[in-house]
Amino acid sequence: MLSPLAINEKAADSARVIDIAGLSLSFTTADGPVQALSGINLAVERGQFISFIGPSGCGKTTLLRAIADLETPSAGVIRVNGMSPQQARANRAYGYVFQAPALYPWRNVERNIALPLEIMGYPKADRQARVARGLDLVNLTGFGKKFPWQLSGGMQQRASIARALSFDPDLLLMDEPFGALDEIVRDKLNEQLLRLWDVTKKTVLFVTHSIPEAVFLSTRIVVMSPRPGRIHDVIECGFPRDRTLDIRETPQFLEVANRVRHGLREGHSYED
Amino acid sequence: MRIDRALPVTIIVAALIAIWYVGAIFMNTPLQRDFYANAGRTDYSAADLALADLNMDRPKLPAPHQIVAELDKTVLETAPTSKRSLVYHALITLQETLLGFAIGSTLGIGLAILIVNLKVLEKSLMPWIVASQTIPIIALAPMIVVILNQFDITGVIPKAVIAAYLSFFPVTVGMVKGLRSPDPLQLDLMRTYCATRAQTFLKLRAPASAPFFFASMKIGVAAALVGAVVAEVTKSEDGGLGARLLAGSYYGQTVQIWAALFAAAALSATLVGLIGVADRIVSRRMGFAR
Repeated sequence: MLSPLAINEKAADSARVIDIAGLSLSFTTADGPVQALSGINLAVERGQFISFIGPSGCGKTTLLRAIADLETPSAGVIRVNGMSPQQARANRAYGYVFQAPALYPWRNVERNIALPLEIMGYPKADRQARVARGLDLVNLTGFGKKFPWQLSGGMQQRASIARALSFDPDLLLMDEPFGALDEIVRDKLNEQLLRLWDVTKKTVLFVTHSIPEAVFLSTRIVVMSPRPGRIHDVIECGFPRDRTLDIRETPQFLEVANRVRHGLREGHSYED
Repeated sequence: MRIDRALPVTIIVAALIAIWYVGAIFMNTPLQRDFYANAGRTDYSAADLALADLNMDRPKLPAPHQIVAELDKTVLETAPTSKRSLVYHALITLQETLLGFAIGSTLGIGLAILIVNLKVLEKSLMPWIVASQTIPIIALAPMIVVILNQFDITGVIPKAVIAAYLSFFPVTVGMVKGLRSPDPLQLDLMRTYCATRAQTFLKLRAPASAPFFFASMKIGVAAALVGAVVAEVTKSEDGGLGARLLAGSYYGQTVQIWAALFAAAALSATLVGLIGVADRIVSRRMGFAR
């Protein structure tokens, strides 16, 4: 499954959303170059929910940002829907959800959700319809006129998810979206996100620190290790699409979680 | 609640007035003693002396009630069309201030937009902008008047230019900071939408700069008024509060000087206050008010 991909081989059929081959990325810092990612190969099919898990500094956020064309790789190839990340960004192929909601404080929730639609030139009537649908999708109907500071952290992040989905991209990139929220809110949002993924049939790439979150949400879990950031293991998670939080008590869940934990520990061991 | 807020203000104002009266007695006593000596009077009590100190014609430091009386005379009892009216002079100053502020803030915002959009300009332009403010305006003002006079530009414009010279700087500095205030995440978001520079400016940088904009405008309008007054001192024949200051000092009319100072301060406070009102209205609309 981790074999390097031959991009030019037209293997990138329509089912492939992401194709990454031999990706490396280094940053230049004051202390010299830092290798953030090294030799990454990854293929993601349409409709999958992929989690990236690993300790801080393993490059999971950088990988997501490279796919989004927010960082430029030093070597290797990334294909998003068969296009370069730059073309994919220009085609508005993905919605991005950041660690913080990054809502614009001077816009109410409705207008925050409408922001990408304004930029992409959607007509007003269409914008209104899409905003209403987005609010409904994340259970924020009735909160459209509120300003971000009037919402809880969880509601703000839900609004930011509605914003990322407002222009209906096939691909949703999420960078630790629930990292700053407490456990109870996080559980609830995990369930909602799973529902949303099931309904919208999007492909989701999800960065997280949390093992239960990764196992609960994903179809596949990519375990990463640091210095330099690379893929240590890829674990299949075959839970049914309509699962609930109860599956976290099942032996299968614990088994997968254990494998992830082992992977993380192994990845860590050759650090010092 | 109201008492809570009114009480400290009242105490401070009362204390300042008390200190002022003490200061006035302290500063005017030697002069008043001389007057008494010249008139051959020796039979005055300390109370007589203090009372006389506070009601001199040309005191070193006029007492507050003298300034109030002067303001009453020159603002309320004199027709605003008369050259003896402070309102007449204040309107001249206001006109120069507003024109100078309009020029200065437009220039300031324009420079800030250029600097934020073109990295090279920060290095090449900013030192000159800073240098422009290190020259004392009192030295530069007469030259601006002379130079503009060469081009037959006279009247209100040279003074507005001097006012603009002082007011563009805080606006430039404030707006550069304001237009750069969006955090990296907010900017990344625009990138993920493939937004153009113009869209990023209009939908992110400009609204994010709103709080900085109003702070800049407040400092800018106060600076413009200082510039206008300095310009009037330079070229006093057209009137204005600065001309009143100059005339007052020429004839030793300290009460007139202080009255003009108070008028200028009141004008400045009014202008800053109006911008504060606009700030509050816009903040509420933009959801900043809590």
